[in-house]
Amino acid sequence: MAALENAKGTALRYACGNVLSFFILILIGVLAFSIRLFSVIKYESVIHEFDPYFNYRVTQFLTKNGIYDFWNWFDDRTWYPLGRVIGGTVYPGLTLTAGSLWWLLNSLNIPLSVETVCVFTAPIFSANAAWATYLLTKEVKGTGAGLTAAVVLAMVPSYISRSVAGSYDNEAVAIFALIFTFYLYIKTLNTGSLFYATLNALAYFYMVCSWGGYTFIINLIPMHVLLCIVTGRYSSRLYIAYAPLVVLGTLLAALVPVVGFNAVMTSEHFASFLVFIILHVVALVYYIKGILSPKMFKVAVTLVVSVGVVVCFAMMAVLVAMVASSPTKGWSGRSLSLLDPTYASKYIPIIASVSEHQPPTWPSYFMDINVLAFLVPAGIISCFLPLSDASSFVVLYIVTSVYFSGVMVRLMLVLAPAACIMSGIALSEAFSVFTRSIKFQMPKLLDDSDPVPGDITSGNSVVQSNQTKVEKHSAADKSEGTLKERPQKKSKKKEKEPLEKASIKSQIEKKLLVLPLESSVLAILLLVLLGAFYVVHCVWAAAEAYSAPSIVLTSHSHDGLHVFDDFREAYAWLSHNTEVNDKVASWWDYGYQTTAMANRTVIVDNNTWNNTHIATVGTAMSSPEKAAWDIFNSLDVKYVLVVFGGLVGYPSDDINKFLWMVRIGGGVFPHIKEPDYLRDGQYRIDSQATPTMLNCLMYKLSYYRFVETDGKGFDRVRRTEIGKKYFKLSHFEEVFTTHHWMVRIYKLKPLKNRIRGKTKKSKSSPKTSGSKKDERVKKNPWH
Amino acid sequence: METRFALLFFLSIALLSTPVFSDLVITKVDRKIDLTSHIVRISSTLKVENAGPDVVSQILLTFPEYQAKKLAYLTASSTEGKGKSKGSSANLPVEVVQPDGVPPALTFYSVSLPRGLGKGESLNLDIFGVLTHSLQPFPEEITQADVQLVLFQDSAHYLSPYEVKAQVLSIKLPSPRVESFTKIQNAKLVDSEIKYGPFENLPAFSYSPIIVHYENNRPFAVATELLREIEISHWGNVQITEHYKLEHGGARTKGGFSRIDYQARPHVRGASSFRRLMVKLPPRAHSVYFRDEIGNVSTSHLWADSRKTELEIEPRYPMFGGWKTFFTVGYGLPLHDYLFESDGKLFLNISFGSPIAEVVVDNLLVVLPEGSKDISVSVPFSVKQWEEVKYSHLDISGRPVVVLEKKNAVPEHNSHFQVYYKFTSFSMLREPLMLISGFFFLFVSCIIYMHADLSISKSSASYLAKLQWYEVQATVQKLHEIMVRCLTVHDKLEASLRDLSRTGDVQACKAMRKAADGLLKELSKDLKPLLVFLQSSPQAAQIYQKVEELVVKEKELQEKLMSKHTMVVEAYEKKSAGRELENRIAALQQKLTALRQEVDDLLDVIDEI
Repeated sequence: MAALENAKGTALRYACGNVLSFFILILIGVLAFSIRLFSVIKYESVIHEFDPYFNYRVTQFLTKNGIYDFWNWFDDRTWYPLGRVIGGTVYPGLTLTAGSLWWLLNSLNIPLSVETVCVFTAPIFSANAAWATYLLTKEVKGTGAGLTAAVVLAMVPSYISRSVAGSYDNEAVAIFALIFTFYLYIKTLNTGSLFYATLNALAYFYMVCSWGGYTFIINLIPMHVLLCIVTGRYSSRLYIAYAPLVVLGTLLAALVPVVGFNAVMTSEHFASFLVFIILHVVALVYYIKGILSPKMFKVAVTLVVSVGVVVCFAMMAVLVAMVASSPTKGWSGRSLSLLDPTYASKYIPIIASVSEHQPPTWPSYFMDINVLAFLVPAGIISCFLPLSDASSFVVLYIVTSVYFSGVMVRLMLVLAPAACIMSGIALSEAFSVFTRSIKFQMPKLLDDSDPVPGDITSGNSVVQSNQTKVEKHSAADKSEGTLKERPQKKSKKKEKEPLEKASIKSQIEKKLLVLPLESSVLAILLLVLLGAFYVVHCVWAAAEAYSAPSIVLTSHSHDGLHVFDDFREAYAWLSHNTEVNDKVASWWDYGYQTTAMANRTVIVDNNTWNNTHIATVGTAMSSPEKAAWDIFNSLDVKYVLVVFGGLVGYPSDDINKFLWMVRIGGGVFPHIKEPDYLRDGQYRIDSQATPTMLNCLMYKLSYYRFVETDGKGFDRVRRTEIGKKYFKLSHFEEVFTTHHWMVRIYKLKPLKNRIRGKTKKSKSSPKTSGSKKDERVKKNPWH
Repeated sequence: METRFALLFFLSIALLSTPVFSDLVITKVDRKIDLTSHIVRISSTLKVENAGPDVVSQILLTFPEYQAKKLAYLTASSTEGKGKSKGSSANLPVEVVQPDGVPPALTFYSVSLPRGLGKGESLNLDIFGVLTHSLQPFPEEITQADVQLVLFQDSAHYLSPYEVKAQVLSIKLPSPRVESFTKIQNAKLVDSEIKYGPFENLPAFSYSPIIVHYENNRPFAVATELLREIEISHWGNVQITEHYKLEHGGARTKGGFSRIDYQARPHVRGASSFRRLMVKLPPRAHSVYFRDEIGNVSTSHLWADSRKTELEIEPRYPMFGGWKTFFTVGYGLPLHDYLFESDGKLFLNISFGSPIAEVVVDNLLVVLPEGSKDISVSVPFSVKQWEEVKYSHLDISGRPVVVLEKKNAVPEHNSHFQVYYKFTSFSMLREPLMLISGFFFLFVSCIIYMHADLSISKSSASYLAKLQWYEVQATVQKLHEIMVRCLTVHDKLEASLRDLSRTGDVQACKAMRKAADGLLKELSKDLKPLLVFLQSSPQAAQIYQKVEELVVKEKELQEKLMSKHTMVVEAYEKKSAGRELENRIAALQQKLTALRQEVDDLLDVIDEI
C-alpha cells in the first residue's frame, strides 16, 4: 500500500515537474526573445549592419518573385559588369525561413512587412536555440542541467551579438540548427532509433542550407565517432547515429546549390567519409568476432590486417596525390585559415581584412562569454562523472570550439553554445550538491533533540529520517569500532559521509559528498551572485554593446541625444535623385547597403568572391585622380561614394580602411606598392604623409574642402591636421555630402577637351614616384 | 516657346470679332492675384448687370486654355447685399461648357445663378480660382547659390465674354525683388505689389498679356503622388497613413551640392531649397510616425495641444530643385471624433486633402471594417471613385475599401467628406472569437492526441510486443520495489545489532529478527509470481538473467545477514566476545559488504530499465 501511494506521489511529482519545466521553458523563450529587443526599443525596427541588408534584399526578392525565380536569380545590380548568380551562391536557409514565415503570416492575413519579419527572425530563432540547448543538455545530463543551460544560452552575449532584432544574418538561424543537429545526434546515439537518425539528417540539411559552418558538424561528429570506436564504445546505436547521417546528409547537402558537389569533393568533408569506412570495418569486425571462435578470429585478423594494410597504403597514396595536385590542397581559404591561423594574413588579405576574421583578444572572451569561461572547466569535470557517449561528445565539442574561437572572433559564436552547455551542467551539478547537503542537514538542525521514531513496520522510510538515524548512530559506532568495516572507515575519512542507505535515492547520493551546512549555504549564495553578475553583464551587453544597428549612430552630448543618420541620408539621396541604372563605386563594405537601400548597381560588395574586381576598386581609390577616373570610367561608374569620419570622429571610415585597399589592390596590380603610402611604417595623412598618399583619390575625396569647416582641417579620427589642405578636383565633382559629412558622393566629370596632355603627365608621375619608393623600401624596416 | 506662342495666339483672339453671348455687362472687376507661394490664387469680384431684356440665369467665366489646364479649384459665390456686409454667400454650381463658335483655346465655365437676373438687375459675384504649376522657373536650371526666379503670365485685362466697364488688377508678390514685369499703361510696382489699371470700357474678349518675372524662394513642394489610407477600426481608432512622393517643383539644380556652402550660409547658398515642412494634424492625433522605406526619419518634431497637433518633418536631405524624396506619415485618431451615426447608418466625416500645404495629386483610400455594407460616399467636388477589397489582420471575407482619386488637389480641397455604411457590432467580435475558438480547438486536439491510441493495427506484432514490454516494465518496477523493501529490512537488522551493542537488550534484538524474518518471507512470497511472469515472457529474456542473479544474490545476502545476526546475538547471550568470533564476524561482514555492493549495482541496472 505504502509503495503504491509512494508511486502515485512520485508520478504526481513528475507531472508537476514536467509542467513546471514546461513553463520555465516558455519563460526562457520569452527571455531569449525579449532580451534581443533592446535594439528595437532604443533605436528602431530596422535591419542592421552590412550582410543583413543583403539577406533582406534576397528575402524581398523571394517574397516578390517566388522560389523558382529565386533559384535562377542572376543579380545584375552588383559586381558590375560581372553580376552574381545569387540563387547558386547564397546559403538559402535564412532567406527561405524568413520567406516562409512571411508567407505563413500573410496567408493568415496578418499584414506584416517583409522587413518586420526579417527583423524578428533572429530573436525567434534564438528562443528556438535555447529550447534546442535544453534538449541537448537534457540528453547529456538531465533536466536540471538542461534548464540551466537553456537559461544561460538565452542570454549569452556572444550569441546576442549576432541575433539582436534586426541582425538578420545566417548565424541567427544556424546556431539553432547546429544545436538541434547535435541534439538529434545525441538522441539517436542514446536511443538507437532510426527515426531520430533521419531527423538528424534533415536537421543537418537545414544547417547546410543556413551556414558555411556546417563543416564544423561534419567534422565534429566523425571525430566523436572515432573517439567512441577508439575507446571501445562501439555499439549498434553508434552505427545508427552515424551511417544514415553521412549517407542521407551528404545526399541532401549536395542538393543545396551553393554546396553541390563540394559535399563529396572538398577536403572538409573527407573526414566524414574516412570515419564512415572505419565504422564499417569496425562493425564488420564485431560481426565476425560474434560468429567465429576466438582462435579462428585471430587467424582472420592477421590475414585481413596484412591485406588491408597494403590496400590502405595504395588508397592513401592515390588520395594524397589527388589532394596534393590541387593548389589549395582541396581546402577553401577560410578553412585553411582555421587550420593555420597565419594563413590568411599571409596569402589572402581580403579574408584578413574582415575584422571578424581576426583572432580574438582575451577581453573579448570575457565580454562574450563572461563567467561561463570559469564555469566551463567545472562542467568538463562533471561530464567525466560518469563519462557517457553523450557527455564525451559535449567535451569534444567544447574542446574543438575553444580552438576555433581562438582562431577567429566570428567562431566565438560556435563556442558560446558549448560553453553554455558546460556551464549549465556545472551550475546544475553544483546546485544539486549544495542543496542536497542543506536538505540533509536541515532536519538535523531542526529536530536535534527528537528521538528518532523507529519505523520498523513501514517498508519505505523517508530519506531524511533515515539519514538522521544514521547520523545519530555515528556516536555509537565509534565505541564499537571493532564491528566496523570498510564503509565505516570510509565514512570516518569523509567525516560526514552518510552510511549506506536502503532507498534507491540514497544509493546515488551515497557517492556524493555532503558538505558542511555553512559552506554549502555560502557556496549557493556565491553561485547566485555569480549568476546575477552574469545576468547584469548580459543585459548590459544586449542593451549597450550589441544593440546599435550601425547604420544609425547616436552620441550623448551635454544637450541630449544626437543622432547620426548619415548613411541612410546618402542612400535615400542616391535612391531618389540618380538614374536607376547609374553605377556607384565604393569600397566593398558598403556594397550590400547600396544595393539594398539605394537600389543602385555597385561594382563590388560584401560577398568578396572576386578578388581582382575588389583589387580594381582598391587600385582606383589609391591611384591619383586621373588614373582613378580612367578605371572608374572603364567600369561605367557614375558616382563614387566614400565614407569619411573626420568631421565627427567616426572611426571606421574609409581612410582607416585604406590600408586594405592598398594591400588588396597591390596584391593584384603591382604598380600599387604599399611602402609608397607609408611613412615610418604607418599610414599618415598629416604633413608627414607621403606625396602618393596625399595625391591618391581616397585622400582627395575624403578631404575635399574639409579645411573650410574649421579653417585648419583637423581630423578628429586621426587626431591631426591634414597634410594637404587646399586642392581642387579636376575629374570629380561633389554632388552630395551628408549632414555630418560621413558619406560623400562624387560624380565623375564628363570627358573634357585636351585631356591628352594631362594623361601624359599623370603617366609620368607614378614612374618617378615609383623610383623614389624603391629607395624608401630599403630604408624601411617595416617591410 | 509655348508661352510666346500662346501670347501671339491670344492677341489674335482679341482682335477677332466674337459673338456676343448675352447682354450682360460687367460694371466692375476687382482682381487680386496672390503669387506669394507656388500656388497661384486668383480672387476676383465681379459686379454683373443685366443690360438686355431677357432674364439671365447663367454667367460665363472664361479662362485661356493654358490656365484652364492648371486650374485646380474654382468656386463662385454671389453676395446679394450691397457694400461690405456680405450676408449670404452661397457657393454656386460651376460647370464646364463649350458654347458654339468660340475657339477651343478658351475654356468656358458656366455659373448657374440661384435665380434669374432680370433686366437692369445687378449681382456681385466672387470668383476664386487656384492655379498650380503656373509659375515657370526662369532660368530653368540654377546653381545652389542662385535665387529662384519665376515667370507668371496672365492678362492685364479681365478675359470675359462680356463687356467690362471698369477693372483693376493687383498682383501680390512674396518680396519686392522683381526682375521685370510687363509695363503697360497704368502699371506700377508698390512695395511687393504690382498694380494694373484701372482700365475702363473694354470690349468682350480683350486680352493684354503681361509677364511678371520675380524672385520666389518659397518651398515648391509638390507631391507627385500621395496615397492617404484611412482605416476605421471599431475598436476605437481611425488610422491614417499617408505615403508621399515629394518633389521640389522649382528650378532644377545644376552642378553639385556642396555641404560646406550650405552649412556655412544656408540662406544664401541654398535659398531656393527647403528643409522642413509643417504638417497640421487634427487634435488628439496619437502614435504619429514619420518614416520612409529604409526606416525611421529621425528629424521631426511634434507639438500637441488641445486644439491642434503640429508635426514638423524634415526629409532626409534638404530639397533642392528637381530633387525627389519619399516618406510616410502615419497617425491614429480617436474614432468617436470622426464616426457618427444617422438613420441607422454610420458615417465617417473626415477631411480630404493632405495636411501639408502644397500641390498634390491625390489618391485616397478609405478602408472600412470587415462586414460593412451599403457603402456610399459624399464628396463636395468631383472625384474618381471605385471599390476594392483589402485583407488584413486575420480577415476572412476582407474589408471593403472605397478609393477616391483626385488629380491636382490643393489645400482648398481640404474640406470634409462623408462615407456612409452599415455595420453590426457583432462583426467586431468576429476575429477575437475566431482566435479563441482556434486556440480552444488546438488544446482540445492536443488532449485528444495525448489520450488516443493512434497505432494503426491493434494486432500487429510490434504493437503486442510493445504492450508486453509495458507489462514487463511494470513487473520489473514491482520487483524493484520489493527488493528495496528487502534491503530496508536488512538495514533494520543491522540497526538492531547496533542497538544491541549499545543497550545490550538481547530480547528486543531477537524480536526484531523474528519480525524481519516474517517480513522477508512475505516479500519472497510476493516475489514468486513476478519471477514466474518474467520467466514466461519472451520480452524479458535479457532482463530475466539479471533479475535472477539479483534474486539469488539477495537470498544469499539475506542468509549471510541472518547468520551474522544470530552469531552476534548468541555471542551477546553467551557474553563470549572472543577474538575468533570477531574474526568470523569480520569475514562474514566482508562478504556481506561485497554482496550488498553487487545487489546495489544490479538494482541500479534494473532501475534503468
